Amino acid sequence: MSEIKIGTMTVKAGLAEMLKGGVIMDVTDAEQAKIAEEAGACAVMALERVPSDIRADGGVARMSDPEKITEIQKAVTIPVMAKARIGHFVEAQILQSLEVDYIDESEVLTPADEANHINKWKFTVPFVCGAVNLGEALRRISEGAAMIRTKGEAGTGNVVEAVRHMRTINGEMKQLSSMDEDELFRAAKELRAPIELVQWVAKNGKLPVVNFSAGGLATPADAAMMMQLGAEGVFVGSGIFKSEDPAARGKAIVEATTHYNDPEVLARVSTGLKSAMAGLEIKEIGEENLLQHRGW
Amino acid sequence: MARSPKTGHLIIGVLALQGAFREHATALEKCGAAARQVRRRRELAGLDALIIPGGESTTIGKLMVSYHMLDEIKSLGAAGLPMFGTCAGLVMLARQVADGDQPLLNLMDITVRRNAFGRQVKSFEAPLEIPALASMAAAGVNSGAAPFPAAAPFPGIFIRAPWIESAGPGVDILAELEGHAVAALQNNLLVTAFHPELTGDLRLHELFLRIAAG
Repeated sequence: MSEIKIGTMTVKAGLAEMLKGGVIMDVTDAEQAKIAEEAGACAVMALERVPSDIRADGGVARMSDPEKITEIQKAVTIPVMAKARIGHFVEAQILQSLEVDYIDESEVLTPADEANHINKWKFTVPFVCGAVNLGEALRRISEGAAMIRTKGEAGTGNVVEAVRHMRTINGEMKQLSSMDEDELFRAAKELRAPIELVQWVAKNGKLPVVNFSAGGLATPADAAMMMQLGAEGVFVGSGIFKSEDPAARGKAIVEATTHYNDPEVLARVSTGLKSAMAGLEIKEIGEENLLQHRGW
Repeated sequence: MARSPKTGHLIIGVLALQGAFREHATALEKCGAAARQVRRRRELAGLDALIIPGGESTTIGKLMVSYHMLDEIKSLGAAGLPMFGTCAGLVMLARQVADGDQPLLNLMDITVRRNAFGRQVKSFEAPLEIPALASMAAAGVNSGAAPFPAAAPFPGIFIRAPWIESAGPGVDILAELEGHAVAALQNNLLVTAFHPELTGDLRLHELFLRIAAG
């Protein structure tokens, strides 16, 4: 039937709407994917190594082996996402042909193009992209991203950068809302973002697509804090499978994300969890090793 | 928009464990009803109706069990509380899923197939003929959905959508797409495989409020 339209922005952004209030967990194999689904994850992110391992191992980080992705797709019924390198449109073509449900064009992997992100309009599979500020978020949306996540600093177990990026984006959106229409042209220039998107944000006071928080969340309290700061859901990477008891921690983070405004529930789910991942102080990583600076 | 005298006083719960609950709440408020987000069992008390939104049905089902809400919602539905399930909500209300198993409310006499239209790359939009909406307008029910004339096709947004594989004799199929049932009504229970809450078209919410008003 010719009236059926596949891969529209509405259905791409619509899947992100369905993930709201949920936790997307990084997994490296089918066994972890099942634990994540059992814990109540609303989707899993398939990748070769979790960010803290990528950070420790060094070298070039790339898209996962398709075999791993297929194995994870077979193991769970929730959506399966996978990461492609920034600008690596062929990795994205491969992931689309595997029918992953979302592609994360991710700074956690080593960028493949230092000037261009993937033209995401060319794909029927939706993309999520990271951003540290409003201009970056709007540039990704102008390239066709159907979902945004604040970058934070992946693989650190330290929520401070996630907080910084969420507050930055929210603050910049508030500024836009207070401007008159003449001032928005200059704002667009300063944000290096298309005027149409800047006008939309000024009028609606939010991003035109769903915005999750990512990068450094390790505890139920971290997840709830990001939700209270305005995240519509959370990504948890190393924080779950680098902790002592991933199943229990995963479930607790899911519960904290649903009941993010309910300190009674948050106290209960934070109780008696075994050790969180070790975590890194951002200053000790060194500015040149920060993943959040990847992407432009 | 003027509040309809019948629906203006209704309190409609929207299950807010995960998924597109905020959009349903907005649609209800545009129709003149009060929406209450429901995250804990005690918040189910005193509702006139309940919406189970789209989201991930596996996730919502598990959360309903771990928050001890499954049995409570099930007995409310069995006692006649009007319920509207969209996408994952349709799956939750079903008696059976054709593929695999997951916690279900087991209220509506339908068997559903999850992700029946395929994974996300197959997600689509399609206009739907829903005769029940036209007859609702003919019966003089005020529809606040002015931009959408009663007889116009409904904008169907299908995201990793299920379909109704089979239905018992008490179930009215409200809409079909390529031979598959994608909306249905059984007494107090309304379900759609698609997402009216993402469209701005309030006709199905109006229909549900009419059911809730009795």
